[in-house]
Amino acid sequence: MDKPKKVLVYRHAALTRLTHWINVLALTLLLMSGLNIFGAHPALYWGQKSVFARPWASINAVDKGDRMIGVTQIGSATFETTGVLGYSGKVGEREPVAFPSWATVPSYRDLADARRWHFFFAWVFVINGLIYWLAGLLSGHIKNDLLPTRTDVKARNVWHEIVTHARLKFPKGEAARRYNVLQKGAYLAIVVILLPLMVATGLCMSPGFNAATHALVDFFGGRQSARTIHFLSAWTIVAFVLLHLFMVVASGTWNNIRSMITGRYAIVPDAKTGARR
Amino acid sequence: MSADRRGLLKAAIASTGALIVGACDKITGNPKSLAVLQSAEDLTRRAQRLVVDRKALAKEFTASDISPDFRPNGSIDPQDADYLALKTKGFSDYRLVVDGLVERPLSLSLDQVRALPARTQITRHDCVEGWSSIGKWTGARLGPLLDQAGLKTTARYIVFHCGDTLEQTLDGSGVYYESIDLIDAYHPQSILAYAMNDRPLPVAHGAPLRLRVERQLGYKQAKYIMRIEAVADFAHIGRGKGGFWEDRGYEWYAGI
Repeated sequence: MDKPKKVLVYRHAALTRLTHWINVLALTLLLMSGLNIFGAHPALYWGQKSVFARPWASINAVDKGDRMIGVTQIGSATFETTGVLGYSGKVGEREPVAFPSWATVPSYRDLADARRWHFFFAWVFVINGLIYWLAGLLSGHIKNDLLPTRTDVKARNVWHEIVTHARLKFPKGEAARRYNVLQKGAYLAIVVILLPLMVATGLCMSPGFNAATHALVDFFGGRQSARTIHFLSAWTIVAFVLLHLFMVVASGTWNNIRSMITGRYAIVPDAKTGARR
Repeated sequence: MSADRRGLLKAAIASTGALIVGACDKITGNPKSLAVLQSAEDLTRRAQRLVVDRKALAKEFTASDISPDFRPNGSIDPQDADYLALKTKGFSDYRLVVDGLVERPLSLSLDQVRALPARTQITRHDCVEGWSSIGKWTGARLGPLLDQAGLKTTARYIVFHCGDTLEQTLDGSGVYYESIDLIDAYHPQSILAYAMNDRPLPVAHGAPLRLRVERQLGYKQAKYIMRIEAVADFAHIGRGKGGFWEDRGYEWYAGI
């Protein structure tokens, strides 16, 4: 039998690829500068105000008399996290800091500089996102490529996708020209819910913006709730990225990376659905 | 995952982080690239001024929302000799000086300040560190006070000179000060508070007078105010950036 013939199809428009990589840069720096900012007050609350004695989560350095340890508290549970959270650095040079210096921008604790990084890349992120949205709506990318079709959302199809994903079996033929329903759902949730939620909760920490509309910060349950949701959504995005990277590797690392750089994705048109357009 | 692979993965993540962090530290250390990052501040201020009405009020809360644990920050017990002398006498010798680019410089006792048009508001104090506390403030409205002194047409900013030294420096640039523009100075919620939660303002929170400029972060809310100066610009004051924390890298516009 002949080796199956590979065909390069045009999968990602230039604007999708460009905004994707700008987003990678912006989100990386937003996360890392955000972790530095968090270090200025490593405690989270629900509501409008902080109740300093009762954060729902916190990261602290605790003096044990003969040594310091890092302690992470979530609700009534506490975990020793020395070396990573609360108390980290090279052994012998450890210091009290929420997140380790290799994860924060700048590496040293500096709220003023971290805020400069954060707000600069917040603008990059927002402008990039608006361009993606606008172009996505005008070109039909969001409607045609991301919005699930009626066939997509049929229970049988969703179940089929879940099962094949769990077995890490991905279509290589004609079906690979389009996103499957799980991809559509994940990307749509990121683009329409999670990323805008980051902007909205971020804005709700701004006392200047809050004066413009009290409704938004109240919708989130107050400024401290907005800060908490901002923190949790950031880690949800990290979780998405980890899953995304895993899927990239599982479904063909180089093919995926090439398609997000050059736009060309290799498929193997099979006999059944072999009719090429 | 085996311990080996886990160790490898950890090392990979940490070294990728270190690589990014190292590059970012270099960028932060270079004044030119730092200025690029800082340009976002201007964009933020203009964008917020565009979408937020000049007179839009910060949310006001009810008495039940007041924080029992309102955190004092920065100086909480100034040791400056002049301040201690005033404090010992219960601020009976205190004078609020209003000068600079004004037609009629003022020197007011606390009683005179208390007799000025006042406002009471329960508002949320947002620290740049990330926490919030809610307090009730009563104080003299800044706008009418400035009108009483009569701003000259060249006045652009209002500078608040404070009685506390937050950082010991040889050139005296560690004395706290702040500045706001006239939009914020004439905002209805901008007051010189002399009472907090229905009691005289405590020393930890800035007795005898502190600024409340509600739509900005905590470091703008100057405490221990001794003198209010109207200026055309603030380049000649402190290290020239418009405030103690501004001189140390924080944004002058603290609305975000």
